[in-house]
Amino acid sequence: MLETVGVKSLDDLFEAVPAKHRFPKLNLPPALTEMEAMDELSGLAQANENVRADLVSFLGAGMYNHYIPSVVDHILRRGEFYTAYTPYQPEISQGTLQATFEYQSLMSALTGMDVSNASHYDGATAAAEAVNLAYAQFRGKRRKVVISPTVHPQYRAVIRTYAQGMDVQLAGDDANANLDSDPNDLANLIDDNTSLLIVQYPDFFGRVYDYTKLIEAAHAKGALVCVVANPTALAMFKTPGSMGADIVVGDGQPLGIPMWYGGPSVGFFTTRKQYVHKMAGRLVGETVDNRGQRSYVLTLTAREQHIKRERATSNICTNQGLIALGSAVYLSLLGKRGLRQVAELCYQKAHYAAQQLSKIKGMGLCFTEPFFHEFALCVGRPVEEVNAHLLEHGIIGGYDLSQDYPALNDHMLVAVTEMNSKEDIDILVEVLSEVSHD
Amino acid sequence: MTDAVIEPKVKTTPKIVEPTIFDLSSPGRVGVTMPASDVPETALPPEHLLRSDLPLPELAEVDVVRHYMHLSKFNYSVDSGYYPLGSCTMKYNPKINEDTCRLPGFLHTHPLQPIETVQGNLALMYQLQEWLKEIAGFAAVTLQPAAGAHGEFTGVLMMRAYHKSRGDIKRTKMLIPDAAHGTNPASVGMMGMTVVQIPSDERGNVDLKALEAACDDTVVGMMLTNPNTLGLFDEHIEKVIELVHGCGGLMYGDGANLNALLGIVRPGDLGFDLMHFNLHKTFSVPHGGGGPGVGPVGVAAHLAPFLPEPLVGIVEEGNDETPPLYGFIKPVASIGRMKAFHGHFGGGFVRSFTYIAMHGPDGLKDISQYAVLNANYLQARLRDTYRVPFDRICMHEFVAEGRFSGSDVRALDISKRLMDYNFHPPTNYFPLIVHEALMIEPTETENKDTLDAFADALIKIAEEAKTQPDLLYNAPSTTQFGRMDEVKAARELVLCCWLPEGYDLNQ
Repeated sequence: MLETVGVKSLDDLFEAVPAKHRFPKLNLPPALTEMEAMDELSGLAQANENVRADLVSFLGAGMYNHYIPSVVDHILRRGEFYTAYTPYQPEISQGTLQATFEYQSLMSALTGMDVSNASHYDGATAAAEAVNLAYAQFRGKRRKVVISPTVHPQYRAVIRTYAQGMDVQLAGDDANANLDSDPNDLANLIDDNTSLLIVQYPDFFGRVYDYTKLIEAAHAKGALVCVVANPTALAMFKTPGSMGADIVVGDGQPLGIPMWYGGPSVGFFTTRKQYVHKMAGRLVGETVDNRGQRSYVLTLTAREQHIKRERATSNICTNQGLIALGSAVYLSLLGKRGLRQVAELCYQKAHYAAQQLSKIKGMGLCFTEPFFHEFALCVGRPVEEVNAHLLEHGIIGGYDLSQDYPALNDHMLVAVTEMNSKEDIDILVEVLSEVSHD
Repeated sequence: MTDAVIEPKVKTTPKIVEPTIFDLSSPGRVGVTMPASDVPETALPPEHLLRSDLPLPELAEVDVVRHYMHLSKFNYSVDSGYYPLGSCTMKYNPKINEDTCRLPGFLHTHPLQPIETVQGNLALMYQLQEWLKEIAGFAAVTLQPAAGAHGEFTGVLMMRAYHKSRGDIKRTKMLIPDAAHGTNPASVGMMGMTVVQIPSDERGNVDLKALEAACDDTVVGMMLTNPNTLGLFDEHIEKVIELVHGCGGLMYGDGANLNALLGIVRPGDLGFDLMHFNLHKTFSVPHGGGGPGVGPVGVAAHLAPFLPEPLVGIVEEGNDETPPLYGFIKPVASIGRMKAFHGHFGGGFVRSFTYIAMHGPDGLKDISQYAVLNANYLQARLRDTYRVPFDRICMHEFVAEGRFSGSDVRALDISKRLMDYNFHPPTNYFPLIVHEALMIEPTETENKDTLDAFADALIKIAEEAKTQPDLLYNAPSTTQFGRMDEVKAARELVLCCWLPEGYDLNQ
């Protein structure tokens, strides 16, 4: 091969590289064989305590421990899916394309919206892309975005990061706001300069509100509304689409994706058909091939960075294709009845837990509104202390809300899914009762 | 007004090769049964909060499996054949990565668990940060960005923050070569900065005169892919960096082409101030039919304070008996958070960690040497048949022209015809500075037989272009699907298994 190329040695191929920096000696450990690598990785994995075998978990806050049917991973392990590239050559990529088209359809059905893109990185970046859409929709003329303080704190943080480059003012994003106020009060922050209102459904504290009136009020000022939604909750509760939302985003992790210490998950992004040209990300559309067969292609690519370059609304290129496929398989398997069943199990178990926990002396629910599978619990002392005690009993307690909301000192956010048995809940109640008697 | 008779539009019904999951649905079928509730029942919330119908499909497990199996067979993939897609580094993805990333200790850990319970995850992340620093010559690395473009955006935010911290607020221009990926200017566009395009010279390097003319005190920096998208290592890289630094700008490296540089040269040593890695290109995270990617960013010491939060660090030093305690640290002048939680841990970091651990320093160098050898070998075999406009020793990829004098055959036709020979085509029409570009990246994981078979096919196709061009115009003909009507897709915009209410196909 070297002879064909016309060089004497492999090293001769690198003469364009400055000689004094060429061929550095990398200070890395020597190569492991497959057997040794498996041993090392197993050791690292076992150094963790996981929430299936080692610990019982009541932690949610944006990532949830749900059952994943076996079929999901069997499909994801198909090399035909996971070792393919983005489907730029549709004749030999119809598997990915049709699966993505079906994912778009499933997400539209779940959210009650017209169209979905092929995915974003996660729920937080999808919410940030909603800000981009609204900014583009008003051609940068509306410079204010109103964010409910009950949107996930990390999502708000990501939106703040993304907004650094835009001439956008964020309002409502205040950890010291009154968290018990009527969400309709957010309407007071919306004015003629507001491009977008962002609320969460259920909100960060698990509360379910009908946002119909708030959305009407935002529309009356000409602003768009983005609802950040939990997809499991959408199996049970009315859709943001039916409340009039313009954009519905969220994280698809609850739909058959392992928590994987935080990722990769998938950000879903759905909207109304009139905003499709302003939506970032890839889109799959239906067409026919030259043999008259129904088929699918990436469409409206002129919106995207590889064509529009610096004038593109977003720079997104790679998205979460394989994870979106996993969610589509999950939704196909659970279907109409299974997903509703999962949602109801979460609802029932969370409510049982809330009832039992609020009976403990010195503890109580923070809010009274209807909730889904998460609730804020006042534990009467620093959550850090309580959680350390729970951990000694093999339990991961709820998320410490004082990290993000100074007013919620001594409050934890408890999440309960179908994975938590009555026994798990009863043990949690028992150990917490001990804490309250200490 | 005339009463013209309007002919009803005749619509031919397309032939359905595989029905959609909604087409396959039948009421009452169930794919998975969930257990009954084991807690006393609570009344459902008020009716007005509930949805009345959940329009999801209903299928048995076997129907779901067969549907996705049918779909999988419509895909070309690295596991099924040669995939020399330029700029994408479609190397073979070792199977062990699929097993390590699914170890239960990784799969079922929650990102907000107490750090004491996830020391394995944190140790792995810390080690991966250290390895990436060493491989590319940087002082610090964030693993958080989700993909290459996300890494670029992270980098541009940091460049802006760096200048701002020095009170240097008039810098608004980003220099980007004409050969750059579209994500570079798009990342800059998201920051409201302006792009100044720098042309390439006749050898495919950055045009130094044009660069010098553009360098002034309004320059944020330069975003450079090196080797560039022509597959060429810039012969004046040190001068380019000197010019950018000379006007106070920062040098950003697009690490899309890092597969050419492992153990060959460290971008940090050359003077790059920051660079994103594409773990899904260089470090064998599979491409997944369009993601997830992973786009860590490495930075020199002067940019470390601006890294996104959080990073993994040692929060309590270890000693002979106890290992260190790993935890999260926040850089002092952090640009903030790029995504929720800590990045693409399971599907990203674990796979790349496994890959680097199994290569070691010598194995990494082998990767780049063989990737570069394979590209040069293919280039040598093809240059007499396909014009290579910037013809010199290339790195891991090269760009040829997919056109012949006196023929209407285009790069697209050549690509489609390659499918009939059971190859995935090269990247088409990129970079924009080459006419009818065919961008070919063989990767290190292919043997000489495969490269020869691919070269033979391309040479044969060139011959067909002269003698039987219809074979190319009508290609592919041996695949399950033929060429698509892309105009129809964009005009009718059917993005879902059904049409939204009131949707007008003719609007």
